[in-house]
Amino acid sequence: MSATLKPYLTAVRRTLTAAMCLENFSSQDVERHNKPEVEVMSSKELLLTPVMISRNDKERVLIESSINSVRVSISVKQADEIEKILCHKFMRFMMMRAENFVILRRKPIDGYDISFLITNFHTEQMFKHKLVDFVIHFMEEIDKEISEMKLSVNARARICAEEFLKRF
Amino acid sequence: MTETHSFGVSPITCHAWNKDRTQLALSPNNNEVHIYQRSSNGWKLLDILNQHDLRVMGIDWAPNTNRIVTCAVDRNAYVWTQGDDGKWKPTLVLLRINRAATCVKWSPLENKFAVGSGARLISVCYFEEENDWWVSKHIKRPLRSTVTALDWHPNNLLLVAGSADYKVRVFSAYVKDIEEAPQPGPWGTKSSLGTALAEFPNSPNGGGWVHSVAFSQCGNKVCWIGHDSSVCVADASKGNTVTRLRTEHLPFLSCIWVGPNSIVAAGHSCSPMLYALDDNGQLYFASKLDNTQRKEAGGLSAMRKFQSLDRQARIETTDTALDSIHQNAITCVRKLREDKFSTSGLDGQLVIWDLKTLENSIAGLKIV
Repeated sequence: MSATLKPYLTAVRRTLTAAMCLENFSSQDVERHNKPEVEVMSSKELLLTPVMISRNDKERVLIESSINSVRVSISVKQADEIEKILCHKFMRFMMMRAENFVILRRKPIDGYDISFLITNFHTEQMFKHKLVDFVIHFMEEIDKEISEMKLSVNARARICAEEFLKRF
Repeated sequence: MTETHSFGVSPITCHAWNKDRTQLALSPNNNEVHIYQRSSNGWKLLDILNQHDLRVMGIDWAPNTNRIVTCAVDRNAYVWTQGDDGKWKPTLVLLRINRAATCVKWSPLENKFAVGSGARLISVCYFEEENDWWVSKHIKRPLRSTVTALDWHPNNLLLVAGSADYKVRVFSAYVKDIEEAPQPGPWGTKSSLGTALAEFPNSPNGGGWVHSVAFSQCGNKVCWIGHDSSVCVADASKGNTVTRLRTEHLPFLSCIWVGPNSIVAAGHSCSPMLYALDDNGQLYFASKLDNTQRKEAGGLSAMRKFQSLDRQARIETTDTALDSIHQNAITCVRKLREDKFSTSGLDGQLVIWDLKTLENSIAGLKIV
């Protein structure tokens, strides 16, 4: 783990632990509804100040919290064009299957690659510390995954090119 | 020292005890209220109260008149009375609210109760003999957000409410149809229903939602806890001075007074904490009441490592257990007896804590 990754992840972990103190809260605006307040944003007093943690200008996390839900948006490192394409495709793949990931949001918020929406129903069903672990684990793995994919894409491209150029 | 009882995996929204503490009403995070009878070998399910359509938010059991009041997200409250056959019969209360009811509390004399709601008002309900139903009167001003917590003053006439607009307010809840005019007390002289007698912001600059409020036994002090992890006490006999203690824990969700100067607060940190007031009226941290060490999981660690590699294709670095009895946030703290209290939380556990034995086992702990 590089020197800046660890404090970055620690900061995210601490902030998430504090932000994920959620409780059941029925909508004040619509009868018999229960909506994630961080999404509807209709009552100002139910929202907390958003926190942005950034490691550098590309990699950052935005944690927006409210009384019954927290939205975590992650921007992943994309150094070059291949990484950009890979990241976009990979995120799209996951977000199309968002219901299988339970806490994944179907669309990332503007300026970020992927968003999670964690509500009080999730913290009731699952251990809170494990949810935090999951987000941290995701952040650790996603970089690794994308660089691995980039390597295999490059390797494959090289083989393809070799095979193709054999004909001449 | 502590007794742990488990009621399944679903969270316990709230619980309430009957007068002699042999029966327990709890809601398993849905529209039902379960009544359990304590027996020598565990808990026996006596009755299921399923009149509500949506999740039950508050239960209170009046000890002397033996009535249960429940309120739920479906905007209704029911008063349950026990028939001769032991079954509970509901009576609908006309709350006249159009948002979820969030909390409910019987008054000390049990002739009325208060319901807080997301409609930014409090309904004070009492039984009207001539029409044979429960009617309500509203306290609206100056509430500006959902009422999250309520408590009655021991004199049956004052009400303290905490709300999501970061404020705690003391109201007069005197209903002139059913009771005599109150005497002026330290909280003020005005008496008509709904008069705001005191208002305390949770912190001078905001400070987060108020999660729980409680009057002390003498009625002069009111304690509240907020989302900024603070514990605050206001004292009416000292001109409404507020003492605040910011803590390093995660926010608390529920608090009760366990002595004239002692408060137990519990919440997202999963363990109850004891706070006390010193002679100058300042709050201080007395003790953490849950000193459970994390249980080492059985079996050889190498064996476990291989198993986890085999099943999940990764080496488990941490196990799921927290080093506390409760494994998820504590949402409800109830007084059981003079020296006992019970907590329930999102992990479906109910824990009974004995302060006498805790006092003996934790060095330097004294309940004042």
